[in-house]
Amino acid sequence: MMQQVIEVKGLTKHFKNITAVDDLSFSVSEGDVYGFLGQNGAGKSTTIRMLLTLISPTSGNIKLFGMPLQLHRREILQKVGAVVEKPDVYKYLSAYDNLKLFARLSGVKISEQKLMQQLEMVGLTARAKDKVQTYSQGMKQRLGIAIALVHDPSLIILDEPTNGLDPQGIADIRNLILHLSKEQKKTIVVSSHLLSEIEQVATKILIIDKGKKIIEGESAQLFDPSQTVVELTTMDNIFSLQQLEQSIWQKNIQPQRENVLVLKLDKKLIPQLHRDLVSMNIEVLSLQPRHSLEDYFLQVTSGNQHVDTFTN
Amino acid sequence: MWTLLQIELYKIFRRPRTYIAFVAITALITIVQLGLKVDGKEYAAFVMADLSNTLQIDGKIMNGYFVCYVLLQLLLVHVPLLIALIAADMISGEANMGTLRLLLTKPISRTQFILAKFFAATIYTILLLIWLAILALFLSMWIFGTDDMFLLKNNYAVQIENADIFWRYAGAFCFAALAMTTVAALGFFLSQFAENSIGPIVATMSVIIFFTILSTMSIPIFNLIKPYLFTTHMVAWKEFFDVKVNSSNETIRGTIQRPDRLINSTFILLAHIVFFVGASLYVFKKKDVLS
Repeated sequence: MMQQVIEVKGLTKHFKNITAVDDLSFSVSEGDVYGFLGQNGAGKSTTIRMLLTLISPTSGNIKLFGMPLQLHRREILQKVGAVVEKPDVYKYLSAYDNLKLFARLSGVKISEQKLMQQLEMVGLTARAKDKVQTYSQGMKQRLGIAIALVHDPSLIILDEPTNGLDPQGIADIRNLILHLSKEQKKTIVVSSHLLSEIEQVATKILIIDKGKKIIEGESAQLFDPSQTVVELTTMDNIFSLQQLEQSIWQKNIQPQRENVLVLKLDKKLIPQLHRDLVSMNIEVLSLQPRHSLEDYFLQVTSGNQHVDTFTN
Repeated sequence: MWTLLQIELYKIFRRPRTYIAFVAITALITIVQLGLKVDGKEYAAFVMADLSNTLQIDGKIMNGYFVCYVLLQLLLVHVPLLIALIAADMISGEANMGTLRLLLTKPISRTQFILAKFFAATIYTILLLIWLAILALFLSMWIFGTDDMFLLKNNYAVQIENADIFWRYAGAFCFAALAMTTVAALGFFLSQFAENSIGPIVATMSVIIFFTILSTMSIPIFNLIKPYLFTTHMVAWKEFFDVKVNSSNETIRGTIQRPDRLINSTFILLAHIVFFVGASLYVFKKKDVLS
């Protein structure tokens, strides 16, 4: 059985009267490339900062490598490499000096040869001794990743790693993530507000909006064109839910929010669902299939807020 | 902890900004020394004008020890700004550069982080004062030579023998280091609350100027709080240059007139340092890093 590298339960963060993360629960297994998706301000960075102890949660539990984060912070962070938002480093130092400095902070002594290998992996060897203030955004991003990897962590957390990059830079980061996952068997959490970026690398995806979980599941299932998500509005949702829970549709029910019931099912089963709803005396106001995850995500990110939570 | 401290010192001394203070002190001291070398006699005559009719002074008044005293009086008012330039940037500068979040994702405790940064700021302060001592004392001794030191106080004059002076300067510089470390601790504490360096630097200097005004004004209501203001005690280094006298009004070598004041000031400054560093730890450990 795969070890749970990250286990988050009921994570909540309030900033004065703003709820940035709201009762969020998810888990990441060893070897996953976990795509953390949501529009800007959805709560991705706040969640990632809580995973890295930069922000204290208002409530909820975080376990990394099976250990409570607050109690084993130091031990846990030795196994974690991260780039949080912009990869800011000391601009008055060279890439080599920055890497050496952060390697020492991570508690590892690394030879010059190994440091140069790390820089080679992110394509910075030629500029290794130049001051970072002369670097492009893409080069800084790659240096940030080299710093995250310098102590050979088993969990890598990359918050919006492709922000501000040109198409070639985005492709380079994508290839690096795939390399780290497949060749070095790292567990990776990567956040983005672009579905197109996440779907190419992630094995599992979590979409959040306004700090709440929207959907979580295996990429293969979420992107399966035969599967769809159905939003159901009825006259009496409590009665409808009771009926559905006692029917063959019980396994398709996803957590609901506000006034919408959500079911995940094969597209071909929609007519049968329709018939069964009638036979169960459920008075349907609307039954709306979402054709794909992208369709659904676009709807969420376009600000149409009648979409509700459902999980795999 | 040692590794963290080394890293912090490495960062401080790789930044060009660090050397502004050393350059500024060098420029100020050499200009004053040059001026006193050229017109020192006239300056001494001006200073001693009130006594010239009643006292005959042999020897060199304008010697290295006297010049150093003049320089310390001038510079210890301005050095806090140079200290604040680094100390008030220690946390806010990292937040401004965006490196704070990267640092705190590393396996280091926040307590260690804060202490390493404060110790690094303290070492910088001490190095700055050592540089000040080299230029103000040793360079002045070399340029102006040495002799007994003659100082005019508010309503009396003090003559300290040549051989009795050097240890007093050693003590005065150590005390000045403590006073400047208090400034560093204040700047360091204020740097928790901003994401750019300007705010904490200006705030540190504002606090010092405000407290100095309160410390120097003789208004009864201010007199009540004066003993508790660190600025009142920052100038206590001058106590090293007040000497006890015997019944014949002759100075007694190796003595300080009011050692109790010196000890009291030392404890009050230490208490301020402990308070500012403790408060920094308390605030920082609870801080959400949003930069």
